[in-house]
Amino acid sequence: MARLLECRLNGRDRADAVADNILLLDYLREKVGLTGTKTGCDGGECGACTVLIDNKPTLSCLTLATTVHGKRVDTIESLGTEGQLSAIQRGFHEKLGSQCGYCTPGFIMASAGLLRKNPDPSDAEIIEALGSNICRCTGYVKIIEAVRFAVALGKQGLAP
Amino acid sequence: MDALPEFRIVSPTTLAEAIAARADNPKAMPLGGGTDLVVNIRRGIVSPQVLIDMNGVQELHAIGVDEKSIELGASARLSEIAEHPAINKYYPVVAQAAAHIAGPTHRNMGTIGGNLCLDTRCIFYNQSEWWRSANNHCLKTTGTICHVAPKSRGVCFATFSGDLAPALLALNADVDIAGPKGRRTIPLEKLYIGFARQDVPVTEMQGDGKYYLSLRPGEIVTAVRAKNTPGLRSAYDKIRIRRSIEYPVAGVAVALRKDGGSLADLRVAFTGTNPRPVLLAGTAELCGGVFDERVIKGLDALVRDQIMPMKTTFTPGHYRRRVAGVLARRLVSRLFEG
Repeated sequence: MARLLECRLNGRDRADAVADNILLLDYLREKVGLTGTKTGCDGGECGACTVLIDNKPTLSCLTLATTVHGKRVDTIESLGTEGQLSAIQRGFHEKLGSQCGYCTPGFIMASAGLLRKNPDPSDAEIIEALGSNICRCTGYVKIIEAVRFAVALGKQGLAP
Repeated sequence: MDALPEFRIVSPTTLAEAIAARADNPKAMPLGGGTDLVVNIRRGIVSPQVLIDMNGVQELHAIGVDEKSIELGASARLSEIAEHPAINKYYPVVAQAAAHIAGPTHRNMGTIGGNLCLDTRCIFYNQSEWWRSANNHCLKTTGTICHVAPKSRGVCFATFSGDLAPALLALNADVDIAGPKGRRTIPLEKLYIGFARQDVPVTEMQGDGKYYLSLRPGEIVTAVRAKNTPGLRSAYDKIRIRRSIEYPVAGVAVALRKDGGSLADLRVAFTGTNPRPVLLAGTAELCGGVFDERVIKGLDALVRDQIMPMKTTFTPGHYRRRVAGVLARRLVSRLFEG
């Protein structure tokens, strides 16, 4: 069965007919064409598919698309503007928080969720907030440095 | 993972609608955060024809906490519970247990109702359809033997691994249930029937890893609540293979009360060890004196007798039993002395 899904996706209102058994991840990638959100383990273990629903990091591979009706959904594509990276994107760029890059959209969205709630987190809070995400390249140290860098940029007024 | 099969989602906005939707569709399952259910659907473990999205039912989101009592609606998010100041202050065992569940993103999704009813787990069960069919399936799905205990005579040993159940058992919580025949409230301990006894047949009051909840057809857990006891100290701790995100090797909740220098009251509950969360029986006999070698030995003996980890995870049963005992001892001594 299909139904009308209305949500605010990356700051724009959208309305799409989606089937009941479509995952948010597949809706974003296949229907809307936002392929920044990645399919990783595809079972809720790796965090590569993390998006923000009402500013809270959520696994889009375990969320049914129709359950975000009326909510605000932000993906990696919502960050930054033409020619200007967001604070967290800058951090990952400057501090080499990204190597192969596959996990990066998930890490950035999990970090964005953290910084929207808590603009000045401690190292322990950063580590805790990224606990649902897996990276096989960086060893995490550079990712934590990247978020720290974003915190500093945030204090200068750059949006997370 | 496999693609999702066809199903229909029903989105009730009141509890009455949710109960009615369940009564209309006997093969329906309630959907909370989806972190357990959606994975199981994608593995072909369960195939509900209808999902009832419980998130639109406002009354189930309520969190009521003060110094005297705690009441949590079934749709309360695990992250809300873990971060709630009053829960951390008056019922630390509940906040700590919630904070120990999976990772932070999962906690934004998962609900207390889902965690209390979490499906039991086993290495022969939480696998893809393809994997399980190559192994002739198992008792918990469509197979005829339990691969963990092939001589178990029809008893399933899948392990209960929700973290909030032991925390709330340690507080003597009650659980509210709603169904087609009305509402009822039972002690939380009575919700769990995974005794896995091989000498008696599986009944409504005596189940195993497969029949692990005493919910009747169409019933839904709506809330859980407990009263505070003045002077109660409580805590939760858990050992897991990866600290940031994992089911428990063993999890332990402890609540105790001191009277001067002696142990006045002690409740200890475990998860990740049996097909049900186990509230240790016989702890009252350990109370009445100081916390000494006698209490430690007595606690060890109770754990040895009542904790029954089987080879349902990658860690062997004897290791999980020892971990459970050590965790319990550490927590009791920390709370007594702290």
